[in-house]
Amino acid sequence: MAMHANDIIEMIKDALPGADVVLEDLAGDGDHYKAIITSSVFAGKSRIAQHQLVYGALKGKMGGELHALALETKEK
Amino acid sequence: MSQPAKDRIQKTVTDNDIVLYMKGTPTFPQCGFSSTVVQIFDYLGSEYASVNVLDDPEIRQGIKDFNNWPTVPQIFVKGEFIGGCDIVREMFETGELKTLLANKGIALTA
Repeated sequence: MAMHANDIIEMIKDALPGADVVLEDLAGDGDHYKAIITSSVFAGKSRIAQHQLVYGALKGKMGGELHALALETKEK
Repeated sequence: MSQPAKDRIQKTVTDNDIVLYMKGTPTFPQCGFSSTVVQIFDYLGSEYASVNVLDDPEIRQGIKDFNNWPTVPQIFVKGEFIGGCDIVREMFETGELKTLLANKGIALTA
């Protein structure tokens, strides 16, 4: 069970228009990623709310198809 | 989510100042993210309760629904969900975590 990096980036950008997404494949196995996401949508939101927006963008794949996605969210 | 799972989580996070919902145990974490949060709280020297979600399918699903948060670990302080591994690590690195615990009256040795 793994996801392609491009699919992850696309899903995040679809949900957070204008976001900058940098994705690192931490283990080189297509299953452990770190995403650094910069978006104006995060402005004024708590970290919990920011991460929930990203999880929402992944439409249930997080915790299922996608095992490990470390998140770092930044306001634009 | 089932009412019993919700009630059990609510009771656990109310009865304990700090609760880590994690995969494995503090001695034998079974996931790198869970291991990280254990190391942070051990470093700070705060006492915490832990729940191994791998032991209990009802809680494993329940904890995801409880906070609308799809991943484990999840960390609670005085009944409040403060985040997963990334947020706790960020808060630790900036010093916010220590401040939060101190403000909540939790004793630390570090």
